[in-house]
Amino acid sequence: MNSSPNFIGAMIPAKPETNFVLRCADNAMILGQRLSEMCGHAPELELDLALTNISLDLIGQAGLLYDHVQTLEKLAPNADVLALTRDQNAYLNCLLVAQPNVDFAHIVLRQYLFSTFQKRQYEALLSSSDETLAAIAEKSLKEIAYHIRFAKDWVLRLGDGTEDSHERMADALDCLWRYSGELFEKDSVLAAAIDAGLLTDFTDKYEAWQIEVVALLAEATLTPPDDTHMLKGGYQGHQEDHLGHILTDMQYMQLKYPSLQW
Amino acid sequence: MYSTDLRTDAEKRRAQKADAKRSVEDAAFLDAFQARIDAGDIIEAKDIMPEGYRKTLVRQISQHAHSEIVGMLPEGNWVTRAPTLRRKLILLAKIQDEAGHGLYLYSAAETLGRSRDDMVADLLSGKAKYSTIFTYPTPTWADMGTIGWLVDGAAITNQIPLCRCSFGPYARAMVRVCKEESFHQRQGYEIVTTLAQGTPEQKQMAQESLDRIWWPSLMMFGPPDGASAHSSQNMKWKIKRHSNDELRQRFIDTTVPQAEFLGLKIPDPDLKWNEERGRYDFGDIDWSEMWAVIKGGGICGKARIRARKAAHKEGEWVRAAAAAYAQKRNSEKAA
Ligand SMILES: [Fe+2]
Ligand SMILES: [Fe+2]
Repeated sequence: MNSSPNFIGAMIPAKPETNFVLRCADNAMILGQRLSEMCGHAPELELDLALTNISLDLIGQAGLLYDHVQTLEKLAPNADVLALTRDQNAYLNCLLVAQPNVDFAHIVLRQYLFSTFQKRQYEALLSSSDETLAAIAEKSLKEIAYHIRFAKDWVLRLGDGTEDSHERMADALDCLWRYSGELFEKDSVLAAAIDAGLLTDFTDKYEAWQIEVVALLAEATLTPPDDTHMLKGGYQGHQEDHLGHILTDMQYMQLKYPSLQW
Repeated sequence: MYSTDLRTDAEKRRAQKADAKRSVEDAAFLDAFQARIDAGDIIEAKDIMPEGYRKTLVRQISQHAHSEIVGMLPEGNWVTRAPTLRRKLILLAKIQDEAGHGLYLYSAAETLGRSRDDMVADLLSGKAKYSTIFTYPTPTWADMGTIGWLVDGAAITNQIPLCRCSFGPYARAMVRVCKEESFHQRQGYEIVTTLAQGTPEQKQMAQESLDRIWWPSLMMFGPPDGASAHSSQNMKWKIKRHSNDELRQRFIDTTVPQAEFLGLKIPDPDLKWNEERGRYDFGDIDWSEMWAVIKGGGICGKARIRARKAAHKEGEWVRAAAAAYAQKRNSEKAA
């Protein structure tokens, strides 16, 4: 099992396809991890169950994707080492998923922006030349439909609820909108993965996505800030400070006790 | 146990006095109810029942629900640090099950006329109790195994007889809950097994966790029978089927061989097999510790309630928003 004497860290993917799947895996993993912080602490028991459900779905997706990465290029001795021991700048998630659980408004808006994007990204995988990946996408899309429904309902309720909840949503939007540009950015890795037939080009759905999201926000009496300077870099490993703190917890056991079975 | 009577003697006396004053139930009514119980009838929420029966069940079921909910916190302590993705998923799903148990039990108690809001308010104010076991800290990953193995294991020992409790909604809830608890117990034992068969430091981690949690898990069954005044009435009503001591003994008898199988040592020098009784003898339990936990909250009690209060407080604006939104939609419809 162990092709490397070192049970900490992982190799950098050489192929753009691997890099892209790792991005998908890290997106699901880091958001799943973020949501799991709420377990036992959500504002209502029913919401605790719902957030934990989404977290379970996402970490489940991440597990399948990390396993798949390993078959494309064996980057680490096993999928847990890959998922849980890399340096911060080797994580390839978008910046949005690491944003903190400031309050329930931030949580549901982050989820709404991410899941509506993820839906389009995974739909672009359905006809992938990589059948395993297409199957993972198909399975995940069923889960994503539920995530969108949950998040959308709450964006509406909180946006068009009380003055207080509206203000909180406006603040969340002000903070999180800046990370939406990265979701649909086509860098050289993504372009190469598309050329290789791994997925169709979902970045041309950016405008349609914006129209849908802005319309829902309008229904929730919210307007995205204009002239936003979009923040990017997560997909290239330029992570914000938030991720380091996530990793401190997430990597604790694997780093403290490398190579053990649990 | 999650539902064991944890009231102090003074609290029980006060409750008894209040009951006596209020009681308008004559002997004939009480006898007729007892006859139903004796005949093995299942009591449903809409049935007439003695006030004492109702109150006992509300206390017991709501305390059970609170225990499920507070019990999410010591395990939640390791969700973000679980060692592998598989373990993280299993732990999250387990904690989610416990939340489900809590919700299910709150509904069962609500059938008896107490609202969930009121029950939760009692938990947050400190008026209602929850199982003492959840006031203990979980310093290592091994505790996630030991809790599943011992705490869910003890819960099953207590709850299997409750599946035949005379109150239908509680009995049915227990059937469903027990299935999941035995799943949790097996998963916990599997974690401990992996550690016990792992490196010396993993085995030590498992042993130290057992050392910490063993005695508190025995205390889950509640005070010894002599000191538990309400047991006999609850037995007559078939709310309780076995004494605290009997259940504790059963738990010990099943658990000791499981520890031996793993090569772990139960931290009780007096523990030995009694050939004559066909059961294990065991050392004295330090009841002063249990009462100190009940009265003072133990190591983590204050933090547990603070966490529940914080979640509840954060829920206020969310609930207000949901209500305002629903009202706007309703008035739109009306217009
Ligand atoms: Fe439970
Ligand atoms: Fe359980």
